[in-house]
Amino acid sequence: MIALIIRDLRISVRAGGGFGLSLAFFFIIVIFFPFAIGPDLDLLSKVAPGTLWVGALLACLLSLERIFALDFEDGTLDLLVTSSLPLESVVISKALVHWLTTGLPLVLITPFLGILLGLQNSNIIFLIISLIFGTPALSIIGTFGAALTAGMKRGGLLLSILVLPLYIPTLIFGAEAARRGIQGFETQNSILLLLGVSLLSWAILPFAAASVLRINLR
Amino acid sequence: MSFWEYANPVKFLNLSGALLPYFSIFAAITIIAGISWGFFFTPDDYKQGATVKILYVHVPSAFVAINAWFMMLVASIIWLVRRHHVSALAAKAAAPIGIAMTITGLLTGALWGQPMWGTWWEWDPKLTSFLILFLFYLGYIILWAAVEDPDTAADLTSILCIVGSVFAVLSRYATNFWNQGLHQDASLSIDKEEHVADVFYYPLIIVMAGFVLLFVALVLLNTRSEIMKRRAGAIMARSRM
Repeated sequence: MIALIIRDLRISVRAGGGFGLSLAFFFIIVIFFPFAIGPDLDLLSKVAPGTLWVGALLACLLSLERIFALDFEDGTLDLLVTSSLPLESVVISKALVHWLTTGLPLVLITPFLGILLGLQNSNIIFLIISLIFGTPALSIIGTFGAALTAGMKRGGLLLSILVLPLYIPTLIFGAEAARRGIQGFETQNSILLLLGVSLLSWAILPFAAASVLRINLR
Repeated sequence: MSFWEYANPVKFLNLSGALLPYFSIFAAITIIAGISWGFFFTPDDYKQGATVKILYVHVPSAFVAINAWFMMLVASIIWLVRRHHVSALAAKAAAPIGIAMTITGLLTGALWGQPMWGTWWEWDPKLTSFLILFLFYLGYIILWAAVEDPDTAADLTSILCIVGSVFAVLSRYATNFWNQGLHQDASLSIDKEEHVADVFYYPLIIVMAGFVLLFVALVLLNTRSEIMKRRAGAIMARSRM
Protein backbone atom coordinates (compact mmCIF):
# COMPACT_ATOMS: atom_id res chain seq x y z
CA MET A 1 0.00 0.00 0.00
CA ILE A 2 2.85 2.33 0.86
CA ALA A 3 4.63 1.32 -2.34
CA LEU A 4 1.48 2.18 -4.27
CA ILE A 5 1.23 5.57 -2.59
CA ILE A 6 4.86 6.36 -3.35
CA ARG A 7 4.46 5.23 -6.96
CA ASP A 8 1.37 7.40 -7.49
CA LEU A 9 3.05 10.37 -5.84
CA ARG A 10 6.06 9.98 -8.14
CA ILE A 11 3.87 9.79 -11.22
CA SER A 12 1.90 12.83 -10.23
CA VAL A 13 4.90 15.10 -9.69
CA ARG A 14 6.54 14.07 -12.95
CA ALA A 15 5.98 16.12 -16.07
CA GLY A 16 2.46 15.55 -17.38
CA GLY A 17 1.34 14.19 -14.05
CA GLY A 18 -0.99 17.09 -13.47
CA PHE A 19 0.49 18.17 -10.20
CA GLY A 20 0.06 21.92 -9.84
CA LEU A 21 -2.59 22.04 -12.52
CA SER A 22 -5.46 22.23 -10.08
CA LEU A 23 -3.42 24.58 -7.94
CA ALA A 24 -3.07 26.98 -10.88
CA PHE A 25 -6.76 26.56 -11.62
CA PHE A 26 -7.66 27.44 -8.02
CA PHE A 27 -5.42 30.50 -8.20
CA ILE A 28 -7.04 31.70 -11.43
CA ILE A 29 -10.61 31.17 -10.18
CA VAL A 30 -9.94 33.15 -7.03
CA ILE A 31 -8.22 35.94 -8.96
CA PHE A 32 -11.19 36.18 -11.32
CA PHE A 33 -13.61 37.01 -8.54
CA PRO A 34 -12.32 40.54 -7.83
CA PHE A 35 -12.46 41.29 -11.57
CA ALA A 36 -16.09 40.23 -11.63
CA ILE A 37 -17.23 41.72 -8.31
CA GLY A 38 -15.12 44.86 -8.23
CA PRO A 39 -12.11 45.93 -6.19
CA ASP A 40 -14.06 46.77 -3.01
CA LEU A 41 -12.11 44.96 -0.25
CA ASP A 42 -14.98 45.10 2.25
CA LEU A 43 -17.29 43.29 -0.10
CA LEU A 44 -14.56 40.89 -1.18
CA SER A 45 -13.74 39.89 2.37
CA LYS A 46 -17.43 39.08 2.89
CA VAL A 47 -17.58 36.69 -0.03
CA ALA A 48 -14.01 35.40 0.50
CA PRO A 49 -14.85 32.19 2.43
CA GLY A 50 -17.45 31.14 -0.12
CA THR A 51 -15.19 32.04 -3.02
CA LEU A 52 -12.26 30.08 -1.65
CA TRP A 53 -14.45 27.08 -0.85
CA VAL A 54 -16.08 27.01 -4.29
CA GLY A 55 -12.66 27.51 -5.86
CA ALA A 56 -11.17 24.61 -3.90
CA LEU A 57 -14.13 22.41 -4.83
CA LEU A 58 -13.85 23.18 -8.54
CA ALA A 59 -10.08 22.72 -8.54
CA CYS A 60 -10.59 19.37 -6.87
CA LEU A 61 -13.18 18.39 -9.45
CA LEU A 62 -10.77 19.17 -12.26
CA SER A 63 -8.26 16.58 -11.11
CA LEU A 64 -10.67 13.75 -10.27
CA GLU A 65 -10.77 12.15 -13.68
CA ARG A 66 -7.05 11.42 -13.50
CA ILE A 67 -7.38 9.27 -10.38
CA PHE A 68 -8.30 6.09 -12.26
CA ALA A 69 -8.27 7.04 -15.96
CA LEU A 70 -4.56 6.50 -16.63
CA ASP A 71 -4.36 3.28 -14.63
CA PHE A 72 -7.48 2.03 -16.37
CA GLU A 73 -6.04 2.70 -19.82
CA ASP A 74 -2.68 1.00 -19.38
CA GLY A 75 -4.02 -1.96 -17.43
CA THR A 76 -2.46 -1.14 -14.08
CA LEU A 77 -5.88 -1.23 -12.51
CA ASP A 78 -6.47 -4.80 -13.64
CA LEU A 79 -3.19 -5.78 -12.01
CA LEU A 80 -4.17 -4.00 -8.81
CA VAL A 81 -7.50 -5.83 -8.74
CA THR A 82 -5.81 -9.21 -9.08
CA SER A 83 -3.05 -8.37 -6.61
CA SER A 84 -3.17 -9.46 -2.99
CA LEU A 85 -3.88 -5.91 -1.83
CA PRO A 86 -7.61 -5.46 -1.11
CA LEU A 87 -9.23 -3.10 -3.57
CA GLU A 88 -10.50 -1.01 -0.66
CA SER A 89 -6.89 -0.23 0.28
CA VAL A 90 -6.15 0.70 -3.33
CA VAL A 91 -9.04 3.15 -3.21
CA ILE A 92 -7.85 4.60 0.08
CA SER A 93 -4.30 5.08 -1.19
CA LYS A 94 -5.57 6.68 -4.42
CA ALA A 95 -7.71 9.09 -2.43
CA LEU A 96 -4.84 9.82 -0.08
CA VAL A 97 -2.52 10.63 -2.99
CA HIS A 98 -5.21 12.83 -4.50
CA TRP A 99 -5.48 14.71 -1.23
CA LEU A 100 -1.70 15.06 -0.89
CA THR A 101 -1.32 16.38 -4.43
CA THR A 102 -4.49 18.51 -4.59
CA GLY A 103 -6.12 19.14 -1.23
CA LEU A 104 -3.01 19.88 0.79
CA PRO A 105 -1.44 22.34 -1.73
CA LEU A 106 -4.79 24.14 -1.93
CA VAL A 107 -4.77 24.56 1.84
CA LEU A 108 -1.20 25.80 1.73
CA ILE A 109 -1.78 28.60 -0.78
CA THR A 110 -5.06 29.68 0.81
CA PRO A 111 -3.36 32.25 3.10
CA PHE A 112 -1.97 34.14 0.11
CA LEU A 113 -5.27 34.09 -1.74
CA GLY A 114 -7.02 35.14 1.46
CA ILE A 115 -4.88 38.27 1.54
CA LEU A 116 -5.79 39.02 -2.07
CA LEU A 117 -9.46 38.82 -1.08
CA GLY A 118 -8.98 41.23 1.82
CA LEU A 119 -9.14 38.80 4.75
CA GLN A 120 -7.45 39.76 8.01
CA ASN A 121 -4.52 37.61 9.10
CA SER A 122 -6.36 36.47 12.20
CA ASN A 123 -9.33 35.31 10.13
CA ILE A 124 -7.42 33.21 7.64
CA ILE A 125 -6.86 30.55 10.30
CA PHE A 126 -10.59 29.67 10.18
CA LEU A 127 -10.43 29.11 6.46
CA ILE A 128 -7.36 26.92 6.81
CA ILE A 129 -8.95 24.81 9.54
CA SER A 130 -12.17 24.35 7.60
CA LEU A 131 -10.25 23.42 4.44
CA ILE A 132 -7.97 20.99 6.27
CA PHE A 133 -10.98 19.16 7.68
CA GLY A 134 -13.06 19.45 4.51
CA THR A 135 -10.72 18.66 1.62
CA PRO A 136 -10.18 15.00 2.64
CA ALA A 137 -13.94 14.50 2.20
CA LEU A 138 -13.73 16.11 -1.24
CA SER A 139 -10.95 13.68 -2.19
CA ILE A 140 -12.68 10.47 -1.10
CA ILE A 141 -16.08 11.47 -2.51
CA GLY A 142 -14.33 12.37 -5.75
CA THR A 143 -12.55 9.03 -5.79
CA PHE A 144 -15.91 7.31 -5.55
CA GLY A 145 -17.14 9.40 -8.49
CA ALA A 146 -13.98 8.60 -10.47
CA ALA A 147 -14.51 4.89 -9.77
CA LEU A 148 -18.11 5.15 -11.03
CA THR A 149 -17.00 6.62 -14.35
CA ALA A 150 -13.71 4.72 -14.65
CA GLY A 151 -14.75 2.63 -17.64
CA MET A 152 -16.22 5.44 -19.67
CA LYS A 153 -14.74 7.43 -22.45
CA ARG A 154 -15.19 11.14 -21.82
CA GLY A 155 -16.68 10.56 -18.41
CA GLY A 156 -15.47 13.95 -17.17
CA LEU A 157 -18.71 15.88 -17.41
CA LEU A 158 -20.73 12.95 -16.08
CA LEU A 159 -18.29 12.72 -13.19
CA SER A 160 -18.92 16.31 -12.17
CA ILE A 161 -22.70 15.91 -12.38
CA LEU A 162 -22.54 12.80 -10.18
CA VAL A 163 -20.10 14.23 -7.66
CA LEU A 164 -21.46 17.76 -7.17
CA PRO A 165 -24.62 16.79 -5.25
CA LEU A 166 -22.47 14.59 -3.00
CA TYR A 167 -20.28 17.60 -2.24
CA ILE A 168 -23.13 19.70 -0.86
CA PRO A 169 -22.91 18.74 2.85
CA THR A 170 -19.14 19.26 2.91
CA LEU A 171 -19.49 22.62 1.19
CA ILE A 172 -22.25 23.79 3.51
CA PHE A 173 -20.47 22.87 6.74
CA GLY A 174 -17.03 23.96 5.52
CA ALA A 175 -18.03 27.36 4.23
CA GLU A 176 -20.29 27.83 7.26
CA ALA A 177 -17.41 27.17 9.66
CA ALA A 178 -15.17 29.64 7.83
CA ARG A 179 -17.91 32.28 7.63
CA ARG A 180 -18.85 31.99 11.29
CA GLY A 181 -15.23 32.17 12.34
CA ILE A 182 -14.63 35.31 10.32
CA GLN A 183 -17.75 37.00 11.64
CA GLY A 184 -16.71 36.16 15.18
CA PHE A 185 -19.36 33.57 16.04
CA GLU A 186 -18.57 30.27 17.67
CA THR A 187 -17.46 27.69 15.14
CA GLN A 188 -17.27 24.51 17.14
CA ASN A 189 -20.54 22.97 15.92
CA SER A 190 -19.92 23.48 12.26
CA ILE A 191 -16.32 22.29 12.46
CA LEU A 192 -17.36 19.14 14.32
CA LEU A 193 -20.09 18.47 11.79
CA LEU A 194 -17.62 19.04 8.95
CA LEU A 195 -15.23 16.59 10.54
CA GLY A 196 -18.11 14.16 10.95
CA VAL A 197 -18.91 14.35 7.23
CA SER A 198 -15.24 13.75 6.40
CA LEU A 199 -14.90 10.77 8.69
CA LEU A 200 -18.19 9.27 7.54
CA SER A 201 -17.10 9.58 3.91
CA TRP A 202 -13.74 7.94 4.63
CA ALA A 203 -15.51 5.18 6.54
CA ILE A 204 -18.09 4.14 3.96
CA LEU A 205 -16.95 5.32 0.54
CA PRO A 206 -13.85 3.09 0.12
CA PHE A 207 -16.19 0.07 0.17
CA ALA A 208 -18.61 1.67 -2.27
CA ALA A 209 -15.80 2.79 -4.57
CA ALA A 210 -14.13 -0.64 -4.49
CA SER A 211 -17.36 -2.46 -5.35
CA VAL A 212 -18.03 0.02 -8.16
CA LEU A 213 -14.50 -0.57 -9.53
CA ARG A 214 -15.06 -4.33 -9.49
CA ILE A 215 -18.25 -3.84 -11.49
CA ASN A 216 -16.52 -1.57 -13.98
CA LEU A 217 -13.65 -4.01 -14.50
CA ARG A 218 -15.88 -7.05 -14.93
CA MET B 1 -46.31 -19.13 -3.30
CA SER B 2 -43.89 -16.49 -2.37
CA PHE B 3 -43.59 -12.84 -3.18
CA TRP B 4 -40.33 -13.47 -5.04
CA GLU B 5 -42.14 -15.49 -7.66
CA TYR B 6 -43.09 -12.24 -9.30
CA ALA B 7 -39.42 -11.50 -9.88
CA ASN B 8 -39.88 -13.78 -12.88
CA PRO B 9 -40.47 -11.35 -15.77
CA VAL B 10 -43.27 -13.44 -17.30
CA LYS B 11 -45.18 -13.69 -14.04
CA PHE B 12 -44.54 -10.03 -13.38
CA LEU B 13 -45.88 -9.09 -16.80
CA ASN B 14 -49.02 -11.19 -16.27
CA LEU B 15 -49.70 -9.83 -12.80
CA SER B 16 -48.89 -6.21 -13.59
CA GLY B 17 -50.91 -6.42 -16.79
CA ALA B 18 -53.91 -7.56 -14.77
CA LEU B 19 -53.44 -4.94 -12.06
CA LEU B 20 -52.54 -1.95 -14.20
CA PRO B 21 -56.09 -1.05 -15.37
CA TYR B 22 -57.37 -1.09 -11.77
CA PHE B 23 -54.57 1.12 -10.50
CA SER B 24 -55.06 3.53 -13.39
CA ILE B 25 -58.81 3.75 -12.96
CA PHE B 26 -58.63 4.16 -9.18
CA ALA B 27 -55.89 6.76 -9.55
CA ALA B 28 -58.02 8.72 -12.03
CA ILE B 29 -61.12 8.49 -9.81
CA THR B 30 -59.41 9.51 -6.57
CA ILE B 31 -57.42 12.34 -8.15
CA ILE B 32 -60.43 13.77 -9.98
CA ALA B 33 -62.68 13.36 -6.93
CA GLY B 34 -60.13 14.73 -4.46
CA ILE B 35 -59.11 17.68 -6.58
CA SER B 36 -62.66 18.69 -7.46
CA TRP B 37 -63.65 18.39 -3.80
CA GLY B 38 -60.63 20.45 -2.83
CA PHE B 39 -61.00 23.04 -5.56
CA PHE B 40 -64.74 23.62 -5.59
CA PHE B 41 -66.22 22.45 -2.30
CA THR B 42 -63.83 23.78 0.33
CA PRO B 43 -63.80 27.36 1.57
CA ASP B 44 -60.94 29.73 0.84
CA ASP B 45 -58.43 30.15 3.60
CA TYR B 46 -59.07 33.27 5.71
CA LYS B 47 -55.55 34.54 5.09
CA GLN B 48 -54.38 32.90 1.91
CA GLY B 49 -57.57 33.09 -0.14
CA ALA B 50 -57.85 30.73 -3.07
CA THR B 51 -54.10 30.13 -3.30
CA VAL B 52 -54.41 27.58 -0.49
CA LYS B 53 -55.78 25.22 -3.14
CA ILE B 54 -52.30 24.77 -4.58
CA LEU B 55 -51.97 22.50 -1.54
CA TYR B 56 -53.80 19.73 -3.37
CA VAL B 57 -51.08 19.44 -5.98
CA HIS B 58 -48.06 20.63 -4.01
CA VAL B 59 -48.22 18.30 -1.01
CA PRO B 60 -49.02 15.06 -2.88
CA SER B 61 -46.33 15.62 -5.52
CA ALA B 62 -43.71 16.41 -2.88
CA PHE B 63 -44.81 13.33 -0.92
CA VAL B 64 -44.45 11.09 -3.96
CA ALA B 65 -41.15 12.73 -4.98
CA ILE B 66 -39.50 11.76 -1.70
CA ASN B 67 -41.05 8.31 -1.45
CA ALA B 68 -40.17 7.48 -5.04
CA TRP B 69 -36.54 7.77 -4.02
CA PHE B 70 -37.15 5.39 -1.10
CA MET B 71 -38.79 2.96 -3.46
CA MET B 72 -35.75 3.19 -5.75
CA LEU B 73 -33.48 2.58 -2.78
CA VAL B 74 -35.37 -0.56 -1.77
CA ALA B 75 -35.48 -1.81 -5.37
CA SER B 76 -31.74 -1.15 -5.75
CA ILE B 77 -30.91 -3.10 -2.61
CA ILE B 78 -33.12 -5.98 -3.78
CA TRP B 79 -31.29 -5.95 -7.11
CA LEU B 80 -27.88 -6.00 -5.45
CA VAL B 81 -28.84 -8.78 -3.05
CA ARG B 82 -31.09 -11.03 -5.08
CA ARG B 83 -30.24 -10.08 -8.69
CA HIS B 84 -33.82 -9.88 -9.90
CA HIS B 85 -33.87 -7.91 -13.13
CA VAL B 86 -37.42 -6.73 -12.57
CA SER B 87 -36.27 -4.96 -9.43
CA ALA B 88 -33.49 -3.05 -11.21
CA LEU B 89 -35.87 -2.09 -14.00
CA ALA B 90 -38.48 -0.93 -11.49
CA ALA B 91 -35.90 1.40 -9.92
CA LYS B 92 -35.02 2.70 -13.38
CA ALA B 93 -38.70 3.13 -14.17
CA ALA B 94 -39.40 5.13 -11.02
CA ALA B 95 -36.68 7.74 -11.56
CA PRO B 96 -38.32 9.81 -14.34
CA ILE B 97 -41.58 9.85 -12.37
CA GLY B 98 -39.72 10.94 -9.25
CA ILE B 99 -37.97 13.77 -11.03
CA ALA B 100 -41.24 14.90 -12.63
CA MET B 101 -42.87 14.99 -9.18
CA THR B 102 -39.89 16.90 -7.78
CA ILE B 103 -40.21 19.51 -10.52
CA THR B 104 -43.96 19.71 -9.93
CA GLY B 105 -43.36 20.25 -6.23
CA LEU B 106 -40.80 22.97 -6.90
CA LEU B 107 -42.93 24.76 -9.51
CA THR B 108 -46.17 24.68 -7.54
CA GLY B 109 -44.17 25.81 -4.52
CA ALA B 110 -42.83 28.77 -6.49
CA LEU B 111 -46.33 29.67 -7.69
CA TRP B 112 -47.57 29.48 -4.11
CA GLY B 113 -44.60 31.30 -2.65
CA GLN B 114 -44.93 34.30 -4.92
CA PRO B 115 -48.29 35.57 -3.59
CA MET B 116 -47.74 34.33 0.00
CA TRP B 117 -44.11 35.03 0.79
CA GLY B 118 -43.59 37.62 -1.96
CA THR B 119 -40.85 35.60 -3.59
CA TRP B 120 -40.66 32.78 -6.12
CA TRP B 121 -37.64 31.28 -4.45
CA GLU B 122 -36.03 31.45 -1.06
CA TRP B 123 -32.98 29.53 0.18
CA ASP B 124 -35.08 27.83 2.78
CA PRO B 125 -34.01 24.37 4.05
CA LYS B 126 -37.05 22.57 2.63
CA LEU B 127 -36.82 24.27 -0.74
CA THR B 128 -33.08 23.78 -0.92
CA SER B 129 -33.24 20.10 -0.06
CA PHE B 130 -35.82 19.62 -2.76
CA LEU B 131 -33.48 21.25 -5.24
CA ILE B 132 -30.76 18.85 -4.05
CA LEU B 133 -33.14 15.91 -4.45
CA PHE B 134 -33.64 17.09 -8.02
CA LEU B 135 -29.85 16.98 -8.58
CA PHE B 136 -29.70 13.44 -7.19
CA TYR B 137 -32.46 12.27 -9.54
CA LEU B 138 -30.66 13.97 -12.41
CA GLY B 139 -27.34 12.21 -11.71
CA TYR B 140 -29.10 8.87 -11.31
CA ILE B 141 -30.97 9.17 -14.62
CA ILE B 142 -27.89 10.39 -16.49
CA LEU B 143 -25.82 7.49 -15.17
CA TRP B 144 -28.44 5.02 -16.41
CA ALA B 145 -28.29 6.66 -19.81
CA ALA B 146 -24.48 6.77 -19.93
CA VAL B 147 -23.67 3.11 -19.35
CA GLU B 148 -24.27 0.78 -22.28
CA ASP B 149 -24.30 -2.65 -20.66
CA PRO B 150 -27.63 -2.96 -18.81
CA ASP B 151 -26.34 -5.10 -15.93
CA THR B 152 -23.36 -2.83 -15.30
CA ALA B 153 -25.68 0.17 -15.45
CA ALA B 154 -28.03 -1.46 -12.95
CA ASP B 155 -25.15 -2.21 -10.56
CA LEU B 156 -23.60 1.24 -10.79
CA THR B 157 -26.89 3.10 -10.40
CA SER B 158 -27.88 0.91 -7.45
CA ILE B 159 -24.70 1.79 -5.59
CA LEU B 160 -25.09 5.44 -6.53
CA CYS B 161 -28.64 5.30 -5.17
CA ILE B 162 -27.47 3.90 -1.83
CA VAL B 163 -24.57 6.32 -1.44
CA GLY B 164 -26.79 9.14 -2.69
CA SER B 165 -29.36 8.34 0.00
CA VAL B 166 -26.76 8.75 2.74
CA PHE B 167 -25.64 12.07 1.31
CA ALA B 168 -29.19 13.22 0.65
CA VAL B 169 -29.99 12.73 4.34
CA LEU B 170 -26.79 14.56 5.28
CA SER B 171 -27.74 17.42 2.97
CA ARG B 172 -31.17 17.60 4.55
CA TYR B 173 -29.62 18.20 7.97
CA ALA B 174 -26.94 20.46 6.54
CA THR B 175 -29.51 22.75 4.99
CA ASN B 176 -31.44 22.84 8.25
CA PHE B 177 -28.30 23.91 10.02
CA TRP B 178 -27.44 26.43 7.34
CA ASN B 179 -30.52 28.58 7.17
CA GLN B 180 -33.77 29.24 9.02
CA GLY B 181 -36.83 28.55 6.96
CA LEU B 182 -39.96 30.27 5.80
CA HIS B 183 -41.64 26.99 5.00
CA GLN B 184 -43.93 25.63 7.65
CA ASP B 185 -43.27 22.34 9.38
CA ALA B 186 -44.85 19.15 8.20
CA SER B 187 -48.52 19.81 7.64
CA LEU B 188 -49.42 16.16 8.05
CA SER B 189 -48.02 13.76 10.55
CA ILE B 190 -49.05 10.61 12.27
CA ASP B 191 -47.88 11.37 15.76
CA LYS B 192 -48.84 15.02 16.15
CA GLU B 193 -52.30 16.35 16.82
CA GLU B 194 -51.87 19.45 14.69
CA HIS B 195 -52.89 19.09 11.11
CA VAL B 196 -54.17 21.39 8.51
CA ALA B 197 -57.82 22.15 9.22
CA ASP B 198 -60.21 19.25 8.66
CA VAL B 199 -61.92 20.86 5.67
CA PHE B 200 -58.63 20.77 3.80
CA TYR B 201 -57.46 17.53 5.37
CA TYR B 202 -59.90 14.99 3.91
CA PRO B 203 -59.70 16.04 0.26
CA LEU B 204 -55.91 16.25 0.63
CA ILE B 205 -55.70 12.67 1.89
CA ILE B 206 -57.79 11.53 -1.07
CA VAL B 207 -55.57 13.34 -3.59
CA MET B 208 -52.47 11.93 -1.91
CA ALA B 209 -53.86 8.42 -2.19
CA GLY B 210 -54.59 9.20 -5.82
CA PHE B 211 -51.02 10.36 -6.45
CA VAL B 212 -49.64 7.21 -4.84
CA LEU B 213 -51.93 5.06 -7.03
CA LEU B 214 -50.82 7.10 -10.04
CA PHE B 215 -47.19 6.54 -9.11
CA VAL B 216 -47.73 2.78 -8.78
CA ALA B 217 -49.56 2.67 -12.11
CA LEU B 218 -46.82 4.64 -13.88
CA VAL B 219 -44.05 2.52 -12.35
CA LEU B 220 -45.82 -0.68 -13.45
CA LEU B 221 -46.31 0.75 -16.91
CA ASN B 222 -42.70 1.90 -17.23
CA THR B 223 -41.31 -1.36 -15.87
CA ARG B 224 -43.42 -3.34 -18.33
CA SER B 225 -42.22 -1.29 -21.24
CA GLU B 226 -38.59 -1.67 -20.06
CA ILE B 227 -39.00 -5.45 -19.92
CA MET B 228 -40.58 -5.50 -23.34
CA LYS B 229 -37.89 -3.22 -24.74
CA ARG B 230 -35.23 -5.55 -23.44
CA ARG B 231 -37.03 -8.54 -24.96
CA ALA B 232 -37.32 -6.76 -28.28
CA GLY B 233 -33.59 -6.05 -28.11
CA ALA B 234 -32.87 -9.73 -27.41
CA ILE B 235 -35.03 -10.82 -30.35
CA MET B 236 -33.27 -8.34 -32.65
CA ALA B 237 -29.88 -9.58 -31.48
CA ARG B 238 -30.90 -13.17 -32.09
CA SER B 239 -32.24 -12.50 -35.58
CA ARG B 240 -29.03 -10.74 -36.52
CA MET B 241 -26.93 -13.74 -35.63
